[in-house]
Amino acid sequence: MNDLIEIYGYDFTGYSGASIKRRITRLVMLDKFPSFAELRYRLVSDKDYLARFIEEITVNVTEMFRDPSFYKTLREEALPVLATHPFIRIWHAGCSTGEEALSMAILLKEANILHKSRLYATDINPLALQKAKAAIYPLSLMKQFSENYIQSGGKRTFSDYYTAKYSLAKFDDSLKENITFSIHNLVSDWSFNEFQLIVCRNVLIYFGKELQDKALGLFDHSLERFGYLALGSKEQIKFSAIGNNYLQLNSKEKIWKKIK
Amino acid sequence: MTVHSELILIGGSAGSIQVILKTLQHLLPGNFAVIIVLHRKSSSDSTLVDIFAGKTALRVKEADEKEFIEPSTVYIVPADYHLLIEKDHSFSLDDSEKVNFSRPSIDVTFESAAEVYGSAAVAILLSGASVDGIEGLQKIKARGGLCIIQDPDTAEVDFLPRQAALTVRPDHIVRPDEIGRILNRLNHGEA
Repeated sequence: MNDLIEIYGYDFTGYSGASIKRRITRLVMLDKFPSFAELRYRLVSDKDYLARFIEEITVNVTEMFRDPSFYKTLREEALPVLATHPFIRIWHAGCSTGEEALSMAILLKEANILHKSRLYATDINPLALQKAKAAIYPLSLMKQFSENYIQSGGKRTFSDYYTAKYSLAKFDDSLKENITFSIHNLVSDWSFNEFQLIVCRNVLIYFGKELQDKALGLFDHSLERFGYLALGSKEQIKFSAIGNNYLQLNSKEKIWKKIK
Repeated sequence: MTVHSELILIGGSAGSIQVILKTLQHLLPGNFAVIIVLHRKSSSDSTLVDIFAGKTALRVKEADEKEFIEPSTVYIVPADYHLLIEKDHSFSLDDSEKVNFSRPSIDVTFESAAEVYGSAAVAILLSGASVDGIEGLQKIKARGGLCIIQDPDTAEVDFLPRQAALTVRPDHIVRPDEIGRILNRLNHGEA
């Protein structure tokens, strides 16, 4: 792990130990290294292997409109407030392969505010970002995405948002026009703008307590007063330093409004 | 043999809920925690907590991110997350790829518990139709933990316990109504 910091500037030491250990053990098996030492040697000696390492160590499991009730709450409670702003800035931290940012673009479009919104979708993983930029996903996933969309309160025909070709679905370019994709590492990079909504779902669970607090501090610093912070369904700010500055929208969804 | 168990792990798939209920009903409070990994359709399940809480004197709750494991508590692994255990005996949730088509996966939690708890872990594998849990049970065994498998003849779906019994040499193969009693004996230092 220290090699990674010294050579490449990636710091995984603040990650949750059990998760990172499991990811590395998994990669040793996937890439058929005889032991951890060989993986380490490959990493140090082969710069190109780093991208593969980052892709496999980070978790890139996501879907469109994941946890539909979360999107329903955003749609019904947060978006009408955001709509009153002349310009809306949203940050998707840890956007992975882009499904959640794309879902957000659909919500904004349906609320007629996509044209005045700018979404910043960032991730530590360059390969995932490439996929996010392309917005092409297996057609086989569309059934699940479409069901999620409907449960999130979507009233249109989901398939209107993409073009199917062979076994792939390519999402409409107009959805991506207002999304900026870029590399950002929550461990080492600092704030780059001020936002009215920050979405970071199922990223903090991979961090140790200290790193969680650091990332939450970064979000707090990057969020306007009365802006919204949205986390994964098992993530919590209650016990963090910023907890008292926020009010949860409802008891079920992990969406908070910054009140101080 | 004197065994002092600190952590009891119960892994179950199809047909295991009734067995878990019966086990919890018999289980006396003690200096141990229980973690239940149950395969089910991903959805919110506060109802599961309620159902189990109605059957036991122990505290029942869903396992929370970074929460420390406390004795006399039954933790249910949340739907759609794997549960890992850290060296400092706290939980980490993980939403990575499914393992054996399952999230939560029994293997993931059993393996993680084996590493941290070693011989202080007791793992119980119940009725089910997949192979999820067998590798985890092997790890528990390899680290000196105690392995219990539900008697396949009593299981609603016997595939999992039957395969497990062929692969791992369990310490006990038992009927559902015996599991609670065995655990109580263990928790009071006799086995």
